[in-house]
Amino acid sequence: MTFATFLGRRAVHSIFVLLGLSILIFIIARIMPGDPARMAVGARAPQWVVDNLREQMHLTEPLYVQYYYWLRDALRGDFGISLVTRRPVADDIKEFFPATLELALLAGLINGAGGIILGAISAWQKDTWVDNVLRVISYLGVVTPSFVFAVLFLLLFGMALNWMPTMGRISPEIARPTALTGLLTVDSLLAGNIPAFFDALWHLILPAVALSLGGMSQEARITRSTMADNLNKDYVAAERSLGIPGSVIMRSFLLKPSLIPTVSILGLDFAATLGNAFLVELVFNWPGISRYGMNAMLRKDLNAISAVILILGVVFIITNIGVDIIVARLDPRIQLGAGRSE
Amino acid sequence: MENDLLLDIKDLRVNFDVFGGTLKVLDGVQFTVSSGEKVGLVGETGCGKTTTMKAVLRVLPMPPARITGGGILFKGRDILTMNSRELGRVRGEGMAMVFQDPTAALNPVFTVGQQMDAAVKYSAAGDKRLSGKEIRQRAVAALKEVALPDPERLLKNYPFQLSGGMRQRVCIAMAVAGDRELIIADEPGTSLDVSIQDQILRLLRGLTDKLNTSIILITHTLGVVRELADRVYVMYAGNMVEVAPTHELFSHPLHPYTVGLMAAVPKLTGGGIADGIPGRIPDYLNPPVGCRFHPRCERAMEQCRVEKPQFVEVSGDHQVACFLYSQEEEGAQSA
Amino acid sequence: MISAATLASANRREDLRRSWYKFSRNRLSIVGLFTVLLVTLLAIFAPVVAPYPQHASAFVDFANASRSPSGTYPFGTDVVGRDIMSRVFYGFRFSLSMGVVVLCLVVPPGVMLGLVAGYYQGTWLDTVIMRTTDIFLAVPPLVLALAICSVLTPNLFNAMLAVSLMWWPWYCRLVYGLASTLRHEFFVVSAELIGASKLHILFREILPNCISPIFTKMSLDMGWVILIGSSLSFVGLGVQPPRPGLGTMVADGYRYLPDQWWIAVFPALAIVLVVLGFNLLGDGLRDMLGAEEV
Repeated sequence: MTFATFLGRRAVHSIFVLLGLSILIFIIARIMPGDPARMAVGARAPQWVVDNLREQMHLTEPLYVQYYYWLRDALRGDFGISLVTRRPVADDIKEFFPATLELALLAGLINGAGGIILGAISAWQKDTWVDNVLRVISYLGVVTPSFVFAVLFLLLFGMALNWMPTMGRISPEIARPTALTGLLTVDSLLAGNIPAFFDALWHLILPAVALSLGGMSQEARITRSTMADNLNKDYVAAERSLGIPGSVIMRSFLLKPSLIPTVSILGLDFAATLGNAFLVELVFNWPGISRYGMNAMLRKDLNAISAVILILGVVFIITNIGVDIIVARLDPRIQLGAGRSE
Repeated sequence: MENDLLLDIKDLRVNFDVFGGTLKVLDGVQFTVSSGEKVGLVGETGCGKTTTMKAVLRVLPMPPARITGGGILFKGRDILTMNSRELGRVRGEGMAMVFQDPTAALNPVFTVGQQMDAAVKYSAAGDKRLSGKEIRQRAVAALKEVALPDPERLLKNYPFQLSGGMRQRVCIAMAVAGDRELIIADEPGTSLDVSIQDQILRLLRGLTDKLNTSIILITHTLGVVRELADRVYVMYAGNMVEVAPTHELFSHPLHPYTVGLMAAVPKLTGGGIADGIPGRIPDYLNPPVGCRFHPRCERAMEQCRVEKPQFVEVSGDHQVACFLYSQEEEGAQSA
Repeated sequence: MISAATLASANRREDLRRSWYKFSRNRLSIVGLFTVLLVTLLAIFAPVVAPYPQHASAFVDFANASRSPSGTYPFGTDVVGRDIMSRVFYGFRFSLSMGVVVLCLVVPPGVMLGLVAGYYQGTWLDTVIMRTTDIFLAVPPLVLALAICSVLTPNLFNAMLAVSLMWWPWYCRLVYGLASTLRHEFFVVSAELIGASKLHILFREILPNCISPIFTKMSLDMGWVILIGSSLSFVGLGVQPPRPGLGTMVADGYRYLPDQWWIAVFPALAIVLVVLGFNLLGDGLRDMLGAEEV
């Protein structure tokens, strides 16, 4: 199986899954008791307005027809009107999505890099006090809910110590760079606006770290345990017996095969990150799509809920494909299509 | 007779901590290898051969394993007390081990070339810094030594793309790539087809002859050492029980265990099924007191159940750890 | 003359001792076991053990509102005067019941679907089942739970339902992986050759070999389910006030930080304690049962 075939298959699979997901979302949205048309116009509107709207929203037609219209519109980027903001959901998403993307990317970066580095250090210093301390910390990182971290950080670094700002993405006095990607940090760099870059970064750090601690701890634990397992493998003993120094073995010969499970988990961790973003954005009042979605869920804004889940589903699927590609690069057996080994 | 001993293991003791207690695996192992010598190490599975050699290279998994006594001298210096830099030098330049299972011994996510390069780089004699090109050249040369076809292309392959026999040859190539003085081969070719194993063994013999390296050949098959070794140690349950030059061992096996081993080999001439040795290897948790073989020995005496026999020299270079022969020696001396 | 029965029970005792040895190798596993037992006991006997059981629901005592931790109120009181410690004990009830209920809802169907899909690997049955799990797993877990919760009335039971709906695919996948490998094993093939019924093969041959990984995962999952449950309560979609869900209490209390820190901190610590306990226990079980990947 060549790489192209591999990618092709994944793409087809993903489309299929997305389709199924859209059906699932649609079903969930329609379980809601209540009349969507009535909810859209409010309790005081006259009945004929409601009836007209029901026709317009195809609510009188069978479910599968409704689904067709919904899907068709969604593919065109039309997710309907939000009950809460009273404007097209698509606009809301365009506005809020970049903030979450920026947050999730930074958190993912900290997750991956931090987790692997800490895990490797832990494995290298196995059974010393460094290892033990790191293990305890990563354990606590895994079992603590992210909202606890968010509250803690907000309290400690934001309020008590006042190191970092607790609101918004950028200080009001700094000029916002022109929105090219929507990611404030990237846009600032592209515009050469260094003060804005640092300011945006400073705003990002607290929520990003709160968001990433759980995932980072998980990555660290898996990296450590994989490296510890691989330490007992014959090939490591062979490499040591050939005189290859321990540091070289740790840095490359042991690290690369150990990364494979870790990177595979990165996909799942990213999913957890996207989920936890809902909690963290709420606590920090971060203007992202997760906070928007959270509010939508609390106010039963169906159009917004459906759109947010769909978008997140797409993001997650793309991430998974990316992770699969990286794993394939790490493990030559996948890439070169190893058959059954003898 | 001061031979320059390359490797001298004195009274090595190794324990393993496991569920239920401590396995006293190696119980005072002696072993010597001289420069340019080919030594065989024969014993059944579980007798401690691999453990001994892994201890020499200090690649035993140290949490369960513990070295509780003895010394391992390589060219006069004790390996067990070396710091990691010295140890790295000894491993890189002095000796190498060819592991039993070539598939497990090669790193699955790196190419043959990358692993060969590392093997060559850290084996450079003295502090010679080799350039990338020189390293490559030596790697290719080593692959040619082990009769692997098309070495340049092989370097780009991953281990899973090679056959078992080729992997074993690559492992050997990594061991000989650096002009090392001692090669430890742990049951080479055992996991392979018999005909391939034969090729591998011939390869080893040819190489060690040509490069004049010493080799320790670990095996559970007598026939292998007969072909390849100058001197053979017989090991049982964590002790060396007999050592002699090859032809001497095969013509005059002395220790009851060695005798039993020889008898257990089916012969083409003569009839009937070969005899086995009754009993099983001892439980390392509670090994027998005295000679560890005594429960299975037809000729066990009272002394064997109480005291541990040490090596006594029976005739030039032929030593046995058995009270049957120490008494004779005593008898001969007193006469 | 030792009877077979005595020998068998002696072997079982030996096995148990060996299992305990493996479990207790890591002191942390013992800590985990102890923690879980403690929490369970506190939850079950909350009405007896809690100093102020009546504070566990709607109760006001403004005279004693917002008291810091002291002898009378070891964890302090909240803004309407309820004893935090008693409420935390009762909160354990919600957490544990969520874990138990969700696992009960999730494990049987997930395992069965996994068995079927794994055994019939390659057929349409496999494709349908596994694609369905893919769809459920395409959404970040918490998101799905939140979404389902939001369309239903927010309460604990619906939260359990929502979590169950997003949790079952994991068991399906786990058992699928195990079953699809196991079905090639000799004992399965020989059972097929003898003509054993499919039910027998699935439940008497394959399933027993999956028990260890399933069990290990269940004990670890208790922690995760409780974690997610507390997150749902935190945003208001789980245990509703005035009932003392641990996440709910953190949500109530966090706006009073840092001054009246005890209102949010103690419930938060309680959550961490429970999840930690189950995690350590699960790790210990994994060591004991020797399951490789969960």
